[in-house]
Amino acid sequence: MFRKRRIIPVVVAAALALAGGDVLAADPVKVGALYPLSGQVAKSGEDTLNGIRLAIEIINKDYPDLKMPFAAGEGLPGLNGALIELVAADHQGSPEIGMAEAERLIVQEKVAALIGAFHSSVAATSSQVAERMGTPYISGESEASTLTERGYRWFFRTTPSSRTQARDFFVFLRDLNKNRDAPIKTIAVVHENTLWGQEFAKSVAGYFKEFSEFQPSIVVGYQQGTSDVTSEVQRLIAAKPDVVFHASYDAEAILFARTYKQFNFNPQGVLAIGAAFGSNAFRDALGPDANYFLVREHWSRDLADRNPLVGQVAKMYRERFGKDMDGTPARAFTAMMVLADAINRAGSTEPEKIRAALAATRMPPEATIMPWEGVQFDETGQNTLTRGIFVQTLDGVPKMVWPAELAVAKLVWPRPVWR
Amino acid sequence: MSDQLIAQLVVSGLGMGFIFALIAIGLTLIYGVMEVVNFAHGEFLMIGMYASYLAYVTWGADPVVSLPFIALLMFVFGVAVYYLLIRRVLTGSMHAQIFATFGLMVFLQAAAQFFMGADYFAIQNSWLSGVITIGDVVLPMPQIAAVVGASLATLLLYALVFRTSLGRQLRAAAQDAQAASTLGINPSTMYALAWGFGSACVGVAASLLSNFYYVFPRVGAVFVLLAYVAVALGGFGSIHGALVAGLLIGLLQVAMGFFVSSELKFVPVYMLYLAVVLLRPRGLFGRM
Repeated sequence: MFRKRRIIPVVVAAALALAGGDVLAADPVKVGALYPLSGQVAKSGEDTLNGIRLAIEIINKDYPDLKMPFAAGEGLPGLNGALIELVAADHQGSPEIGMAEAERLIVQEKVAALIGAFHSSVAATSSQVAERMGTPYISGESEASTLTERGYRWFFRTTPSSRTQARDFFVFLRDLNKNRDAPIKTIAVVHENTLWGQEFAKSVAGYFKEFSEFQPSIVVGYQQGTSDVTSEVQRLIAAKPDVVFHASYDAEAILFARTYKQFNFNPQGVLAIGAAFGSNAFRDALGPDANYFLVREHWSRDLADRNPLVGQVAKMYRERFGKDMDGTPARAFTAMMVLADAINRAGSTEPEKIRAALAATRMPPEATIMPWEGVQFDETGQNTLTRGIFVQTLDGVPKMVWPAELAVAKLVWPRPVWR
Repeated sequence: MSDQLIAQLVVSGLGMGFIFALIAIGLTLIYGVMEVVNFAHGEFLMIGMYASYLAYVTWGADPVVSLPFIALLMFVFGVAVYYLLIRRVLTGSMHAQIFATFGLMVFLQAAAQFFMGADYFAIQNSWLSGVITIGDVVLPMPQIAAVVGASLATLLLYALVFRTSLGRQLRAAAQDAQAASTLGINPSTMYALAWGFGSACVGVAASLLSNFYYVFPRVGAVFVLLAYVAVALGGFGSIHGALVAGLLIGLLQVAMGFFVSSELKFVPVYMLYLAVVLLRPRGLFGRM
């Protein structure tokens, strides 16, 4: 008698759930991932996708020792333990293919949300499709500032835009100036001349108003694939800036560093965007001369010193994929976690509900593996709580030196003169 | 504008100019003797640089020491390319020759990427790293070495082509292969030698470059495009034309880069090239 009574509501609930058809308890939630998996940057695309794979694995399987959301227990609790199913698509770095694949994922695969796309150019076109079809789209590593300036409703971005990254350079210098008698004043910019370098130079120029204690010095743009940078360096020497901001790829980073040494160019610091001035190739090519260059990074394994989660996740990544995690997979991992958190809170795969949940995201810093203050989107869909770190190569090893509360080594400033 | 700065700009302009010139001379020598444009010339440079780098890391042989061996190695390589590939397409159409050297370029680039990866390698602390200071003027050693080494190599080649019996035979084969063969000169051997000497020039350039430039599979493209310009500017087949044009390019780009804008530093080079092509299509010193 009692037994029967207790069973009835369960049966009714199950029947209702079936009738609703929207979410079946164990139905997996499909997430479409758009990445370059063949072609020139296939390797980077694969690494980035691996970050997402690891996030999904942590969500879908039981990791009781990991202190992060969805690690303990299997699947998403808000959807009765539904698992996440990854549907990866290869856009080959082509905006057109990205567009077609986005459409296929939404219409045929019926994914609940999209994640991608490494290339900003592909994120731009594929998110257009998502916007038209009303599907939530999250990007963890496409940086072009314009992506969140289009007034899209369905596009969200966890990584800082390239413009915000330029701002970090000024925040860093202002912080340094706090306890200095002779403040840092003049800033030169050296940039390669494709879209990336130009955008950086433009972003820097735009921040001199907000950070009025600094003055622009010379701006030196150069063509990628140049054979000699003597004239560029001579112009820098003539301008005598306190600090140089650099946007260069691997090859020219080596060339510039060597030429700086040859002509004994000694600014107080050289700060670089992008990894070139701290890369393995750079350190191998220059030996001890690679020291003291500063690189603005998104992520560092040194973060593990303060946040044990970072160490655990980095170790899992290494064990699973046989490669060290770096900033891009770490950011893709975080974007996937943010998306899962939103789907979980939405308690549904209905696009409008996921979108509302994404917009309401409040992720505290300790729940992520990033050095950020958390994740929270503004009305353009941009995460406003990002923060950059600066890494300096010291004795041949890149070490996180800023911000001070996360630093594992003491910043060397000004950089010693060339010997 | 100090004298010191001018001296520095001139030295680095000449340093790069001599490197461009040496690469261009190799190219123009092959063209001058048999009218084949070697599209894989930049990749010859790349091979020379990898050889120099590998000699340094495996045996600790400084580029100064390995230079003659690299030149010799590239000589053999050039001769081998002639006998294994070029000789077989010589009788074919012009297209066959173009596709053969173009294909060789693609093949060598892909092979380098396969064996060495896409990474950048550079020689650290070679004997010629560092600078000499004369008064206030800071002159980087590698660039001075480039000037000295490249001008010596050019002189040697000059002496060989214009002062020896072998050189006369080369020129004879270049002027009229049939007539030369009636005089007992084997044109095929001469062609092979042209490929050998042309490649050796690039070998010397590669060796000098490896003192200060890094090597990667596509390094050839950085230099060889300007070398083609130097060849056309100086006149196809003209050795001293290539030399003068190379130096001109080196100096022009440094001056433009410093005084105007480094984004525009190759603009005057290509404008000069266009002007020469339009007004004097045979080039500054070209015959025709």
